[in-house]
Order: sequence, then C-alpha cells, then structure tokens
Amino acid sequence: MNLRRLIGREILHRKLSFGIAVATIATSVAGLVAVVALLGAHDLRTSEMLMRMNKETSAMEEKFTKEMKVYEDSVRKTMKGLGFNIFIFPEGQELGEVYTEGFASKTMPESYTAKLAESKIVTVNHLLPSLTRKLKWPEKERTVILIGIRGEVPIAHRDPKKPLIEPVQKGRIVLGHELHRSLDLQEGNSTMFMGREFIIEKCHRERGTKDDITIWMHLGECQELLEEEGRINAIKALECNCASIDRLGEIRREIAGILPGTKVIETESKALARAEARNKAKKHTQGAIASKKAEAIKLKADREQLRFEDEQKYTALLTVVIFGTMAWVAFLAFANSRDRQAEIGILRAMGVSTSSILAILMGRAFLVGLFGTGVTILLAFLLSDSLKAPLHGYDIKSLRGDIPLVFLFVPLLSCAASWLPALQAANRDPATILRNE
Amino acid sequence: MSEVTLRATNVHKTFAGPKGSSVTAVNDMSLEIASGEFVALGGSSGCGKSTILLIAGGLLRPDQGELEIMGTRPYEVDSTRRASIRSQYIGFVFQQFHLVPYLDALDNVLAPTLARSLPDAEDKAMALLENFGLTERRHHVPSALSVGEQQRVALARALLLEPKLLLADEPTGNLDPENADSILDHLVAFAKEGGAVLMVTHDDRAASQASRSIRMEKGSIVESVS
Repeated sequence: MNLRRLIGREILHRKLSFGIAVATIATSVAGLVAVVALLGAHDLRTSEMLMRMNKETSAMEEKFTKEMKVYEDSVRKTMKGLGFNIFIFPEGQELGEVYTEGFASKTMPESYTAKLAESKIVTVNHLLPSLTRKLKWPEKERTVILIGIRGEVPIAHRDPKKPLIEPVQKGRIVLGHELHRSLDLQEGNSTMFMGREFIIEKCHRERGTKDDITIWMHLGECQELLEEEGRINAIKALECNCASIDRLGEIRREIAGILPGTKVIETESKALARAEARNKAKKHTQGAIASKKAEAIKLKADREQLRFEDEQKYTALLTVVIFGTMAWVAFLAFANSRDRQAEIGILRAMGVSTSSILAILMGRAFLVGLFGTGVTILLAFLLSDSLKAPLHGYDIKSLRGDIPLVFLFVPLLSCAASWLPALQAANRDPATILRNE
Repeated sequence: MSEVTLRATNVHKTFAGPKGSSVTAVNDMSLEIASGEFVALGGSSGCGKSTILLIAGGLLRPDQGELEIMGTRPYEVDSTRRASIRSQYIGFVFQQFHLVPYLDALDNVLAPTLARSLPDAEDKAMALLENFGLTERRHHVPSALSVGEQQRVALARALLLEPKLLLADEPTGNLDPENADSILDHLVAFAKEGGAVLMVTHDDRAASQASRSIRMEKGSIVESVS
C-alpha cells in the first residue's frame, strides 16, 4: 500500500466528486485557452488587415512611381521642347517691388551679361540685358515705361544661334500701341524724347499689356538718358532648356555660381503651367498615399486599443473565473475531506503522519488540476482544426510551447485552493473524530 | 517475567461541559497491563472507558498523570513521534470497524504500512486474511463484506504491524454471537502470543474471556477481577 494507490482508489470510489472538480478546472482552463486564442486571433486579424492595407499602399506607391516616371519623362520632353524664360535681377533687389512695379529699382553692371555669356552655362540659350524705368515723357506729358535693350548677347561656348529678338538701332525707338495711337505717331515719324530726336522704327499692335505704354530704345542711349552708363536692371534669358524636373532650381544653382547674389524668377509659360499641373497631380497622389498610410497607422492604433480593451475585459473575466474555480475547488476539497473524516481519523490512529494525510489530500487536488488541464488541452487540440475558421486562422496548437507551464501552474492552483481544507482535515484531532463516529 | 506494556499513572481527564461546566471523564486513574494480559474494561455508559482507551492509544492527552507504552511516554514527545509510537506499538479495533470504504479487504489490512513500512507486508497481510478465513474475500470492498467479516478485516489490520498493545473499543458490539466469539478467540490468541489487550465492552460474555476484568464508575476503577 502506498499513497498513490490510496489516492487512485479514492478517486475511483468518488468518481462524481472527482469528475465535478475536474470539470470545474477544465472549464477554467478552457476559459484561459479561449482568451489566449481570441487574443491570438485578434492579432492575426490585425496583422492580416495591416498586411492587406500595406500591400494596397505599396501597390499605390508602385503605380504612382511608375506613372510619375512616365509623366515626368513626358513633362521633361515637353519642357525641353518648349523652353522657358527667366529674369535675372540685381543683387539685393526686392522681388516684391519687381512684381508691383514691373521692373527692378536696383541695377547691376552690364558686364554681368558678358560674364554669363562667356561662362559654360548650359541651360540658357539667349541673353537679353535691359534697363527699364517708368518715367514721364517730358515732351508729351505721358507716363511711359522706357526699356533700353541691346539685343541678344551671344553665348561664347555655343554655336551662334539665330537671335530671337532684333536689337533697336541707335537713334530709333519702338512704340507700344497706346502711345502711337493716342499721340498719332507712325513708323518713320521722328519724335523728341528727353531732348533727343528719335525715328520711330516700329509701332506695335495692341497687346493689352503694359507693352502698350512702353518705349524700346537702344540700351546705350537709354543708359545715357537715365545717367546709368554701364548699368542694367535685368537680364532676360529666353528659351532656357533644362532636362530636370526642378529646372528653376537647377538654373538658379548654375547662375548663382556665376553671378552670386542675383535673383532669378521664371516668367509664366505653358511649361510652367504643365509643371504646376504635374505637381498638383503628384501632390494629390502623394496625399492619397499619405492618407492610406495614415489610415493604416490609425487602423493599427485602433486595433491595439481594441486589443488592450479586450485584454482588460478578458483578464477581469478570467480573474473572476479563476477565483470562482478556486472557491469551488476549495469547497469540493472541503466536502471531500469531511466525507473522509473517519478514514482520516483511523489513519491517524494507525500512526499515519499529518504530512502523509496532507500528501493524500493534496495529491488528489494535484490530479484534479492535472486531469482538468489535460481534458481541456486534449479537446482544444482535437478541435483546433475546426476552430481555425472562427479564429481567423489561429491555430490553438501554436500554444504547445506554453502547455508545460499550464500543466504545472493549474495543478498548483488546484493545490492552493485545496490547501486550507486539507490542512484543516489533516490537523483534526483523531480522538475527537473517533469519539464522534 | 511479564513486561509492562501499558502503564497509566494518576491519569485525569476533564471535558468542557455545557454552560461553562466541566465533566470529569477519567479521575486520577492508574492502570498497568503486562504483556500476555487481556484486560476487559466495563462500566456504564459515560464512565470514561472509551476516554481511557483513547488516552492509552496516544490519541488524547490527559490533563494530568503519566502514560507509558513500552517504556516510552507518548505525551512527552511531538505529534510526529507520537504517531510513530502508535504505529510501532499499538493496534486499534473499533465497534464501527472504520474500514476505508474504497479499499478492498487486502488493501485495508495493508493500510497501516502507510505509517510504517513492513518487509513482505503483502505476504503477512495475506497470512492474516487466511488466518481470519478471509482469503476468498480479499478483493471485496467493505460494503461487500458482512459485519463479521468487516470486523475480522479490522482486526487483521490492527495486527499487521505486530503491535504490543491492542486497544479494542466494543469490538463485538455489532456482531452476532458467532462472529463475536471468533473475534474474542483472536484477541485471546494475540494475548497468549505475548501481546497485551485492553478491550472496552458492555458484554459480560466478552469480558469473561479476559484474564482481568476492570469496572469503572465516574472515571475511576471501582473493581478489578483477575
């Protein structure tokens, strides 16, 4: 006879009591497995959702990158074909003033044009220095815009190109539409301007811009009249070409290397409008991608919050279940030890020690925990394939690493719950038991 | 010369009664039982017979007095050692048998080995069962045995560890005369083989089998007849 045999026989004798205790533990372990599986399923679902969303974002990005590349290539080609115009203004010039007045108040040496032309600048094709002022045409009492132009400055390292604009000859002027119309001046007429006589070389047609009140003359004469010899206030660069998308940036960098401090602006052009449209489209798509990414981040945060809430809920529920189970197992242990009073009394009378009695009762409690865990784990494993679908593919078998811990922890919990009733039973005075039986 | 197996000297035991009163169960009682002696302890109900049996068995500490079993004093040692003294020297037989309900006859007889291991315990248990005519019933649980068989199993269990002192509380109280005689024969045989028996009984016929009869009244020995 040994303790194991005694425990085994007692369990077989009180199958119902043992079965109820085992079922209680099994329910509790099932709760634990369910919570872990539900949280695992949640994680799996979150991971699936994020993966799908990231895949969508990646596909969007990939499509966008491809489309942008094609589009940028096309824009680049178009822009290269179109060319564009820029203005170079003197150092320290407030661009705000240029936009309000239409010209720069500050001046720079005319030699800048030559410096630029002699440089190895690759993005600019035609250079037109000018000196512009708004002033009163003294002889006619009219406010006019006077522009002195020299004609095109050839770029030294390139083959000579056909000039885009013909220069105004000395002693000649070109008039805007509003001037020649209102003053009744015609090509070939002579007229006085700031005390000098000029032949009207050309009268422009109506343009509907400030050109209509503009007088163009030779730059040298203009500088003399304005007492700004050797000075200009703008260089216009026409038909600039640039392969990159950030063409203005490239030109600015190139010019800054040659004429430090000067300011470069691009004048409105079709290419500029197209670039803006492209930028808008790019911005829009990038916004859509960013929004998709933000959506994924929000989804992740939402799912994490939901998991946290679920975890709290499950933990609270599990705590109640565990305490409820412990209380019920303790009650069953108490009922069992009460049923076995006479047996315990006689064993004590025979000289069986308190510790052996305790071992008998605790051994039973341990087996209750062991069987309860075993039943649940076995069922969970047997049903794992069927449970995969409702658990979003979560495999309960993946818990196998934690099973030894559960097999240790749950029986110990069962022992803890049975400890007080067992201790009380083992320490009961055998004389009292035997007298009362 | 016979060795003193049990010696109780001026043993006194009082229990708390209702409303703060006290009941004296054993009053300054002294008793010696030598090996080979079969002592029957009689008296009216509540005279303290069962109490002196529990005190003698090392299960109930007396308020006063000394107790020696085979020269050891069970109430002067801790509970573990006291349990060891019980398993070494004492066997119990009760009126209600107190068999373990889920163990068969053989396992019930072997139950004392939970307290103290015994070489060839199973062979000895089988020999006892044979001696008590229970060989065929060895795999029957108590509920499948007659009361007489149950009491014989209980007696076999009490004898397994070869005790020096057998304490029997009304061992024939629930038995028919035939079974009662069988039990008494075994107790007499145990005493003849050098064991000491202290048997509490109301039954004069049972008491007549003893080598000495003691009658108690109000916790004291009032008569001792050899």
